[in-house]
Amino acid sequence: MDIATLAFSALYQFGDAFAFLVLSACGLAVIFGMMGVINLAHGEFIMCGAYVTAATVHAGLPLPLGILCGTLASAFVGVLVELLVIRHLYERPLDTIVATWGLSLIATQGTLILVGSTMAGVGTPFGSFQVGAYSYSIYRIVLFAAALGVLGALYALFNWTRFGVLARATIQVPHMAAALGVDTRLIYSLTFACGAGLAGLAGGLYAPTMTLVPTMGATFIMEAFVTVVIGGADVFLGTAPAGGILAIVKSGMTSWQGQLFGQIGLLIAVIIVVRVLPKGISGFVLRERT
Amino acid sequence: MTRSVLRGLRAAALTGTLVFASGAYAAENPIKLGVLEDQSGDFAAATIGKVHAIQLAAEEINKAGGIMGRPLELVTYDTQSDNTRYQEFMRRVLQRDKVDAVFAGFSSASREAYRPIVDQFNGFAFYNNQYEGGVCDGHMVVTGAVPEQQFSTLIPYMMQTYGKKVYTLAADYNFGQISAEWVRKIVKENGGEMAGEEFIPLGVSQFSQSIQNIQKAKPDFVVTLLVGTAQASYYEQAASANVNLPMASSVNVGQGYEHKRFKPPSLKDMYVTTNYIEEIDSPKSKEFYAKFKAKFPNEPYVNQEAENSYLALYLYKQMVERAKSTNRDEIRKVIAMGDVCMDAPEGKVCIDPKSQHMSHTIYLAKVGADHSISFPKVWEDIKPYWLGDAGCDLTKKDPMAQYTPSNPPPKP
Repeated sequence: MDIATLAFSALYQFGDAFAFLVLSACGLAVIFGMMGVINLAHGEFIMCGAYVTAATVHAGLPLPLGILCGTLASAFVGVLVELLVIRHLYERPLDTIVATWGLSLIATQGTLILVGSTMAGVGTPFGSFQVGAYSYSIYRIVLFAAALGVLGALYALFNWTRFGVLARATIQVPHMAAALGVDTRLIYSLTFACGAGLAGLAGGLYAPTMTLVPTMGATFIMEAFVTVVIGGADVFLGTAPAGGILAIVKSGMTSWQGQLFGQIGLLIAVIIVVRVLPKGISGFVLRERT
Repeated sequence: MTRSVLRGLRAAALTGTLVFASGAYAAENPIKLGVLEDQSGDFAAATIGKVHAIQLAAEEINKAGGIMGRPLELVTYDTQSDNTRYQEFMRRVLQRDKVDAVFAGFSSASREAYRPIVDQFNGFAFYNNQYEGGVCDGHMVVTGAVPEQQFSTLIPYMMQTYGKKVYTLAADYNFGQISAEWVRKIVKENGGEMAGEEFIPLGVSQFSQSIQNIQKAKPDFVVTLLVGTAQASYYEQAASANVNLPMASSVNVGQGYEHKRFKPPSLKDMYVTTNYIEEIDSPKSKEFYAKFKAKFPNEPYVNQEAENSYLALYLYKQMVERAKSTNRDEIRKVIAMGDVCMDAPEGKVCIDPKSQHMSHTIYLAKVGADHSISFPKVWEDIKPYWLGDAGCDLTKKDPMAQYTPSNPPPKP
């Protein structure tokens, strides 16, 4: 009985860490992992999703619809950003760092000026359940399920749909794709919007559990980059296993020595992986296959 | 004429200076006050009110004729919740803007970042924030509350009401560490025991593991010393996991108005000792609140730090008028007399000459299930006695140092 309780608690902590890592990272995995755009404004897309979700819930929409609005709003902002800024920088990946960093500063400060320093929260739905001596939030299980769902949906999108094939072709050999009649500009726009939308989804999903402030994106960004760097370019073969490994590292270190060691564990993991597998987990897996 | 206007505009554009001097005083030599507060970044929610409070007090003082006929001019910089910005702007206000006094700082990390610069350039700074206590520095006046005011009242009350097993969840930097040391000390002195203690790095927003640790330790109540907006996510997450333990804090509600930001009942049974919050139902408090809201109708909450900042400027006015000078050494002679007092919105406050900290009325605020505030207890005129009793005496010696219970000042 006691062992079952302990096992469940370890599993729950793992799932919680996994959901946070994967949901933080999936948008970045598309934009940075696949497209090579180093998107330092990723946290601000998350913030945008969270703010729109909270605003629409305050306006009376139910939470799932609010999250959908947050996702769509972020995707729409993603399209605008791609058209106005990113599109001109595909040949200069390092410059995307400066451009997106600037965007992130503008977004946080702009939100501060327009909306103020905080926004009222929406409250976490579903309540709690009891296992042994511990009670747990049900919503955290929903987050875990959402992380799995997002990974599944991305796999389906990039492997089973026409858009997925065109996107992968465009990203691997853009001029060949263009020569074969693919509208690569449109594909780039849509892929970027997809990444931004995923960031917005993460923001919307976490909005009920967090303080809504203009700088909230910053709390996701370290986890997101660590996961994508360890995972490598492929969303499904990279982000998912990276999320799993890092969740074990993070939840294990956190329960052993506290939050600080959880963060240290992530950073040590990234150092080791980058040293041993410079192209991340997916690079390793794909090389073995071919 | 046009040239001087242009120069003024340029100076304002360059420095972001907020000039409150109206035309009538423009010819006078203004008293310049530096205001370094976090108007953006992780701490902005709690600190924007501090800037507004100083603007309100400066406007009132200027309308009433300034200090000794001299208008107040505020030189305001946004320190962006960033310690290096504090150092940069502190140098700038002291060296280039040549201000007479500075009102600066929210987090203890930022205060300790700028304090050596104030000492080095011989400045005069007001720290208008509650904090972990122990700064014995003649260049500083502290108007915020300290542990002997907030914990010596709160922790025994909680132990009597709920039980003697205490769990501390604190931010992992000097404020959280030293405050946790105070909690430990007071719990032990009152015959209680620590069920656990956990330190959270700033910026952490996910608390599932901490929530489980707390449930495992089964404390009678949790002392939350969480700082910044990210860490405030704890309340929502603990509530949704149904932790359901009473909480005690020296920082929440009074600074970050978490009871307004989070959906009820996530802050149910939170107890906070604060020297001011907007719910305090006294004529003085209501008058202050009304003035504040009239000038800043969009202010989300008038918090403890806003009141501390407001009264700090009035205390400064009194000190300058009595010293007949803005010179710090002359002002400190006035403080040394031990009767620098005022009727603040919270009640009567006085500056303690030994530590240059302030006495306070401490209100015990309790958050109800619907997030309404009640005040089960009020302690009047609690002195900041610890530093003075431990051996800090700024009227005789200025060590310019911070002390803790485990590292007290050397006895004279």
